[in-house]
Amino acid sequence: MHALTIKDLTKTYSNGVQALKGIDLSVESGDFYALLGPNGAGKTTAIGIISSLVNKTSGRVEIFGHDIDTDLETAKSCIGLVPQELNMNTFDSVLNIVVNQAGYYGIERGLALQRAETYLGELRLWDKRSEIARNLSGGMKRRLMIARALIHEPRLLILDEPTAGVDIEIRRSMWDFLRRTNEAGTTIILTTHYLEEAESLCRHVAIIDEGKIIEDAPMSTVLRKLQREVFVLSVRDPLESAPNLPGFETNLRDSCELEVAVTAGTNLNTLFGTLSDSGITVLSLRNKANRLEELFMGLVENKQSATG
Amino acid sequence: MNFRVNWIGFKTIVRKEFIRVVRIWIQTIVPPAITMTLYFIIFGNLIGRRIGEMDGFDYMQYIAPGLIMMSVITNSYGNVVSSFFGAKFGKHVEEMVVAPLSNATIILGHVAGGVVRGLFVGAMVTAIALFFTNLTVAHPLITFSMVILASVVFALLGFVNAVFAKKFDDISIIPTFVLTPLTYLGGVFYSISMLPEFWQNISLGNPILYMVNAFRYGILGVSDISIEYAYLLVGVFVVGLFSLNLFLLNRGIGIRE
Repeated sequence: MHALTIKDLTKTYSNGVQALKGIDLSVESGDFYALLGPNGAGKTTAIGIISSLVNKTSGRVEIFGHDIDTDLETAKSCIGLVPQELNMNTFDSVLNIVVNQAGYYGIERGLALQRAETYLGELRLWDKRSEIARNLSGGMKRRLMIARALIHEPRLLILDEPTAGVDIEIRRSMWDFLRRTNEAGTTIILTTHYLEEAESLCRHVAIIDEGKIIEDAPMSTVLRKLQREVFVLSVRDPLESAPNLPGFETNLRDSCELEVAVTAGTNLNTLFGTLSDSGITVLSLRNKANRLEELFMGLVENKQSATG
Repeated sequence: MNFRVNWIGFKTIVRKEFIRVVRIWIQTIVPPAITMTLYFIIFGNLIGRRIGEMDGFDYMQYIAPGLIMMSVITNSYGNVVSSFFGAKFGKHVEEMVVAPLSNATIILGHVAGGVVRGLFVGAMVTAIALFFTNLTVAHPLITFSMVILASVVFALLGFVNAVFAKKFDDISIIPTFVLTPLTYLGGVFYSISMLPEFWQNISLGNPILYMVNAFRYGILGVSDISIEYAYLLVGVFVVGLFSLNLFLLNRGIGIRE
């Protein structure tokens, strides 16, 4: 079953800006789905329409088979939204914010308090339950919005840049939490500018640019499209210049760090063999840039040069 | 529409509004208490003694129902306009918009919150009035029904204002330039029979006049206008304003892009 089906969705704002130019998307139930795109590509507009915060111009949206035009309230009850911008009453307490949200979904206060303890606890906010929201740190506010979105236990959780501005430790703990939430059966749609995050968490990726979907495939399929990867090698013995490795493009970053470009289909064993033949001992290896980031930039830049 | 979801949602909004009124009591409860005490001291006690009787009652008794109604009207309106506009401004109105609540529930919840504050302040002003004069309720049913209906009307008006407001100035313009003049000219401090015929006829176009007089009739048993007509007018306002708010929210005006 599809958690989300979008058909030919368009949105033209009153100022004439065409944010969505007829997009189609299908998200399988249980998937962890990345919706990526540069700023202004239409991600937040698409999420706004799915969650009823933005009126669509045309097209169809179904949440677990419930059409937002004919069965809006059921469709809404299936979704939990963590928006990009903070949208909570920062003068209210953490507990009130979460429990009130449960009330808006028809959850009795007693049950809402139990769930609040569960989700605020899992997101390490239970100790802050009586705190006024504006006194929380940025990371805590983000986690509070996740707890709030989960309080009615939605089948589809949509996160619009949930880790923006969050330090790496908190970000990684949020990743763990989201993985567990997805493993427990919640379908997750994630937008993020941290492509490492999308690559690490998501099994499917769609890339949107200028209101159109330019890529939509399983993450593994998308990453296989990468034509070229650059690795950074730490070498034991300092080098004076970039070595000439047949079949590989090299660049010396500093005397102990060598960049090597490897084209798709090339066996890394060949690279190590060539390095060994040249008398270079490799201590460690890492990607110069995140693989998805390279692909993303390639797709977006190709499109811009094609339209420019 | 899922009745259970909407009923719990309604209770949640009302509870949230009540907590808000109590949390910011220094803005919601104290100012009307001080203002109304000053009205009773200055207009009722100091100036009122020189005015003498009006419609068979001493001036303090005559203005007390009007002052109670005035505080109910301004607080019902003020609560809804500031709360709902605040929710729009802080974007936490989205908490309700994304939930499976009907737009009618969102309106009714906020209106009930406005009525709760209006009646609470009205009760407080009544208690203050009793320090200055004796009040007996001539027609309890009319008194209570009219104060609740007037509170509903102005809570609904506050909601309309909040829906259209884009900045904080927009929520003070209507109270300052429309609500306050209409309240002062709505027979709170005088009987329109004291006015020349032309101004009496102009006054009949002021809806607050009907509410103040019907409420005064409920307490004192005297009124400048027909009570039946007051109920009809208030009923039309309730239905009309609720329908207008529902239309606005269904169109997404003020809450959706």
